[in-house]
Amino acid sequence: MSLLLLQLFNGISVSSILLLVALGLAITFGLMNIINMAHGELIMIGAYTAYMTQQFFQKYVPEAYFDAYFLASIPLAFALAFGIGWLLETLLVRHLYKRPLDSLIATWGVSLILQQLARTIFGAPNKAVKAPSWLEGGITLTNELILPYKRLFIIGLVALCLVVIYLYLYRSRGGRNMRAAMQNRQMAACLGVSTRRLDAQAFAFGSGIAGIAGCAIALLGPIGPALGTYYIVDAFMVVVLGGIGKLVGSLFGALSIGVLNTAFEYATSATVAKVIVFTLIIAFLQWKPSGLVSVRSRSLD
Amino acid sequence: MNNPPMPDARPRFKRTRPVPAPERAEGALLRAKIALTLTIVALLLAAPYFLSEFRLSLLGKYLAFAILAIGIDLIWGYTGILSLGHGVFFGLGAYCMAMHLKLAASGGQLPDFMSWSGVEKLPWFWEPFASPWFALLAAIGVPTALAAALGYLTFRNRIRGAFFSILSQALVIVTVTLFIGQQGFTGGTNGLTNFDSFLGIKLSEPATKIGLYYAAVLLLGIVYALGRFAVGSRFGRVLTAIRDGENRVRFLGYNPVAYKVFVFAVSGALAGLAGILFVMMEGIISPAQMNIVPSIEMVLWVAIGGRGTLSGAVFGALLTNCAKTYFSESYPEGWLFFLGGLFVIVVLFLPRGIAGLWSDGIRWLSTRRDRHDKRSSDSGRNAEGGASASAG
Repeated sequence: MSLLLLQLFNGISVSSILLLVALGLAITFGLMNIINMAHGELIMIGAYTAYMTQQFFQKYVPEAYFDAYFLASIPLAFALAFGIGWLLETLLVRHLYKRPLDSLIATWGVSLILQQLARTIFGAPNKAVKAPSWLEGGITLTNELILPYKRLFIIGLVALCLVVIYLYLYRSRGGRNMRAAMQNRQMAACLGVSTRRLDAQAFAFGSGIAGIAGCAIALLGPIGPALGTYYIVDAFMVVVLGGIGKLVGSLFGALSIGVLNTAFEYATSATVAKVIVFTLIIAFLQWKPSGLVSVRSRSLD
Repeated sequence: MNNPPMPDARPRFKRTRPVPAPERAEGALLRAKIALTLTIVALLLAAPYFLSEFRLSLLGKYLAFAILAIGIDLIWGYTGILSLGHGVFFGLGAYCMAMHLKLAASGGQLPDFMSWSGVEKLPWFWEPFASPWFALLAAIGVPTALAAALGYLTFRNRIRGAFFSILSQALVIVTVTLFIGQQGFTGGTNGLTNFDSFLGIKLSEPATKIGLYYAAVLLLGIVYALGRFAVGSRFGRVLTAIRDGENRVRFLGYNPVAYKVFVFAVSGALAGLAGILFVMMEGIISPAQMNIVPSIEMVLWVAIGGRGTLSGAVFGALLTNCAKTYFSESYPEGWLFFLGGLFVIVVLFLPRGIAGLWSDGIRWLSTRRDRHDKRSSDSGRNAEGGASASAG
């Protein structure tokens, strides 16, 4: 029983990271019809920011405050990824609206460049980020059931991000504009929404969330230049499964993929689990081709 | 007398120049194309006489890639479906062939990697691969069947565009993890290697290598000709129509799903064929060659060469791979920068690739020459007109 609970807990913690990664993808894809393959590299940038902050704190900050480095790295990672996302949108992505397949190839080129850049700057071997001491250990429920603080912290962080994103999307003017543009771009533009600026904001915002996800991932294990590629395809599957345009879709998509993946991994093996989950997703799409939750529209071509 | 010179100047202009300029440009383009094709064919046929054995087998591999690129161009350039999963079809073809080569090399014994990973008996699905003909058939059939199945399940539900690309990419991840994970059956990360002979012919002999090279040239020629025929026919027009407006095609009473599934299956088959040639020439196949990066590189060949033209796909595959060899030999670090930069530049500035650049260039040259001729004839005419006016 407790083993089952532990699996469920692990599944949820995997899901929460997937969700954070997928949210940015879902926003850019739903809003701008852009497939951002460089999204994984923004995760990597977030993770390396955590690493850099740790190095900085080790060198220049009194040891008593060292543990605060992780808290400092989260806004930093968001800011850095936000900036790079903004730059990427201004220089490249804005030329590719309405050409989703081209955007996929071009941003994949960017992803290659960023990966090689990270390899040149930080070296190919993985770097380890030491978790702050207040995240060591866990809550012991029973002998077998120990919930590590790290994972609890990540789940909390994701929940916080989710609440902020919800408030932004559904309770603020900017978010309302964004949802309007997602549903009918021309109409929103007619009614005075500056879709141009909205695009840049949304892209940068999604990138920033990826940066936070990178910080969270840095807690779980060593980080390397190819870190993003491990998550990007799964995150895209979340988008495909969850449907586009609603937060709830991504939430359900991430939860089902994360939990199913860990469950099958426990029952069979990691490789077979991937095959089963993929087959299930294809099977599910036979039933609901546009994902779990999607905004209905009558548009055809 | 006050008649403007133009009305009677125009028929005269037409008499001296029976072919209008745009058609002349097309004619020039056609002549340039024929000349280029003949040069390439001659160079390819003569290559064994001036290339070293190593370079020749590299070129042979690129020809195999060109076959695959034609397949990608059919599905992407003509039908508008971007598949990021062609590495899988290529890899499956190569693995099927390699399974036979491995069995042939181990001479009735259990293949070495199986005994290393504790498999004691030849798995059932390995057994039929003892027959070379079955292996060849499977190397084409397995990728075709997988492509048809995936295509049917997704296209039927009108999953398309980026969603399909993502699903095909997930297929890559799934297959690669499966192949790495099932080490006892697939050789794991190392893949299959140490082959010896096919149908009793030693693969390491120089004569075999030249033979394989010519086989690749021949197959590429056949595939290219068939592809030309297909895209020039009514069938090809339906494909282009699906690319440009699928719902309209549906309204016209066609069934786009059948066309798309068929093209996707054909393109999977071509990838399998390329895999066969590759494994015969390279002597190894491993999951690394069907992973995400190679799969997307395959798309890049077509993008660089120019999607929507078969010759573009072939050139793209040859040129990109030559560039890759050159760059990774001289700057191994910089290759990824270069590759990434190419993606961005080609998509932003050259959406029609080298083929587009080439045909635009020929047209521009031809119209420029035309304009030049016209200008000189114009000045002649003006002189004439002036003379007649003064005479009048």
